Amino acid sequence: MDVNLIFKIAAIGIVVAVLNRVLNQSGREEMAMMTTLAGVVVVLMMIINLISNLFDSVRTMFHL
Amino acid sequence: MDIMKIVAAGIIATILAVLLRGERPEIAVVISIVTGLVIFVFLINKLNSVMSVLKYFAGKANIDILYFSTILKVIAIAYITEFGAQICRDAGEGAIAAKVELAGKVLIMVIAIPILAALMDIMLQIIP
Repeated sequence: MDVNLIFKIAAIGIVVAVLNRVLNQSGREEMAMMTTLAGVVVVLMMIINLISNLFDSVRTMFHL
Repeated sequence: MDIMKIVAAGIIATILAVLLRGERPEIAVVISIVTGLVIFVFLINKLNSVMSVLKYFAGKANIDILYFSTILKVIAIAYITEFGAQICRDAGEGAIAAKVELAGKVLIMVIAIPILAALMDIMLQIIP
């Protein structure tokens, strides 16, 4: 059970939120938007392996 | 104690998700997905041994392998559907969650049709 992934994702979320706040304050809305998007994409890349792992293990266990 | 670990992970993930929900709701949804996946991957090893015991007894009781694998498939579909629908509902998309559940019900019905047909055959044989 690797709980590290949860911490990693939470850290990415906090960093993205802080960056978003700073960039918004300095008047760079487009950069803030890009940061948000990049954070979401990075997190999705991290979880896509886990999801495929889940589906594989369900498939092998239940002989689908 | 494994249950302690799981409860601790769940509480920590809940705190993180609540922390992030105000600022970045999409990351909070991802955290809840990952928590569910981590817990399930942890549990699947334990479930595997139970499955092998069940399979052993099914073989001993001469249950038709078609029926047994159908039951397993139904359980798998129900679990996966519930997982996806819960995540959709957590994120506030109740309509999508309802559609996912509908799809799960229909697919379970499609898988269960052979058993239903066998049952109907038996009933028609009994009733002259």
